[in-house]
Amino acid sequence: MSNVSSDLRAPRRNRRPVRPSAIGKNLLALALAAVFLFPVYWMFSSSLKPQSEILSKDPVFLFTPTLGNYTKATGVDLFWTYVLNSVTVTVGAVFLALVVALAASFAIARMKFRGRKGLVLAVMMAQMAPWEVMVIVMYLIARDGDMLNSIPLLTAIYFVMVLPFTIWTLRGFIAAVPVELEEAALIDGCNRGQAFIKVVFPLLAPGLMSTSLFGFITAWNEFAMVLILNKDKEAQTLTLWLTQFQTAFGSDWGATMAASSLFALPVLVVFLFLQRRAVGGMTAGAVKG
Amino acid sequence: MTVHSQGVAASALEDAPGKAAGKSQTPPPASGSRKVPQPPRGRGRRALPAGLIPYLLLAPAVVSGAVLLLYPLVRNLILSFQEVGRRELITRETVWAGFANYTDLLTDSEFWAVAVRSLLFTAANVVLIMGIGSLIGILLNRLGKKMRLVLSVALVTAWAMPIVASVTVFKWLFDEQFGIANWIMRTLGVSGYEQHNWFETGMATLTIVTVLVVWGSIPFVALNMYAGLTTIGNELYEAARMDGATGWQTFWAVVFPSLKPFFLITTFLEIIWVFKAFTQVYAMNAGGPDRESETLPVFAYIEGQGQFHYGVAAAVSVLTIVMLVAIMSFYFRLILKQEEEQ
Repeated sequence: MSNVSSDLRAPRRNRRPVRPSAIGKNLLALALAAVFLFPVYWMFSSSLKPQSEILSKDPVFLFTPTLGNYTKATGVDLFWTYVLNSVTVTVGAVFLALVVALAASFAIARMKFRGRKGLVLAVMMAQMAPWEVMVIVMYLIARDGDMLNSIPLLTAIYFVMVLPFTIWTLRGFIAAVPVELEEAALIDGCNRGQAFIKVVFPLLAPGLMSTSLFGFITAWNEFAMVLILNKDKEAQTLTLWLTQFQTAFGSDWGATMAASSLFALPVLVVFLFLQRRAVGGMTAGAVKG
Repeated sequence: MTVHSQGVAASALEDAPGKAAGKSQTPPPASGSRKVPQPPRGRGRRALPAGLIPYLLLAPAVVSGAVLLLYPLVRNLILSFQEVGRRELITRETVWAGFANYTDLLTDSEFWAVAVRSLLFTAANVVLIMGIGSLIGILLNRLGKKMRLVLSVALVTAWAMPIVASVTVFKWLFDEQFGIANWIMRTLGVSGYEQHNWFETGMATLTIVTVLVVWGSIPFVALNMYAGLTTIGNELYEAARMDGATGWQTFWAVVFPSLKPFFLITTFLEIIWVFKAFTQVYAMNAGGPDRESETLPVFAYIEGQGQFHYGVAAAVSVLTIVMLVAIMSFYFRLILKQEEEQ
């Protein structure tokens, strides 16, 4: 870090790229990239280290990778139950949100009706809903309804968590599809439903993908609600498993990092994959006017 | 490849800043629609035959929101006027407490300590996030293609990292015995880091939480800032250069005015997000040691789940929501202004 900051002092008044300042900029960018990547790198690298090299006063950077930590992490009781629970609540919430939001956002983007403005405002406010400070009341409601440790309830809550954002984003995507395309379909003899399914929906595919990406991440990462609602081991998700892993395994950091990696990997992959395809699809799409 | 980072910036999380960046009517990543000639007023908003259909389409969304969001909020308010402890929880009887929960809280120095701590924590985080995030956004705009890609990928990776996983990693980085943070301090020749406990006090714990939150939040600001900068036409820069403006002058005269809505909206978003952050604080050290790193959401949770003061916890939650609503009203005013301009 120290050698980088000295390079920074190179004069950079002139806006045109001048060699010394270009080098300084690039070094700064590299240093920043290292800072942002390091925790992620350290997670993966620690997860592949043998126990002896984790428990050393001086960190080991070169080692023979082993999958021992992963076998330990996945060998935990109920591991596959947690995986199944996480996948169920995430996929369930995202799917529900997409279906419900598609209908709602179509109405908001394409139709005129009383209360439209109020509804848009409500969606915006719901998007900012303070779920984190509502856990106590949710606990009491779930308890009164005998719904503690319920995967369906958790799915429903996550669905409502991601719904406002899904509506908000899809509304934008639908508005971006020129209304003329739809009108052309109507003139060609489609009814509104057909026009939507045949013309608008295909153009929305990238939008649906990037929207579901957000929903997926929110539901997969959610912690506060499942922490208070699902105390029963059988009903927990991977987030809870991960936070309790370290306590359960003492200072077995290798296995803990393997657990972290397993949890983070799907999100990292989905994030990189989905958003690239979403953007590519949109630019390559028919929205060229 | 630049589309890559721009798309992330605009498509994930929030589309508001994307819109702040200047293009009206265009949804997040619709870079293609720029070529569409825009009719003067609201393309796509054209009135179509109304009737019951819009309400039917909206019904599922409205009903689920009412049941799972509105009702709990109302119930939360009611709960804050009740006495709900361990006994009431078992007997399930309703004991009204009037304003007792609120008066207890507002005369409790511990509550005030937590409230002040929450505000300071939020302020420190938001200043760091916006400051460093904007600078990195500017840097991204000035880098060459390759370096920009490298830095964008690093930012996106940090951004995509699930919070629970990053908390776990940070605990490992700052582990007392084998953490790399202590090793770095020793290597830099700072004494006292043989087995330094980074979570020794509430303050120390919140400092680590701040590092975590800032690390995880900067990418959003930086990538959006960069996306915003790319929408500023080159002509503006050239005009400024021809007028002999220095880099600093260009920033204040050209960049800042165009991105002011972005700054404001993002700042408010960050304030809201940090203020209600629960996972980062709770998963790091469960509000400890000695409840000294509790922020308001964690305080509410522990008052309820740990101390069985559900009524008090509900009151804390209501007060927190009131503060959030106050902040949000500024945010919504900004957003609505944007909406109207479209």
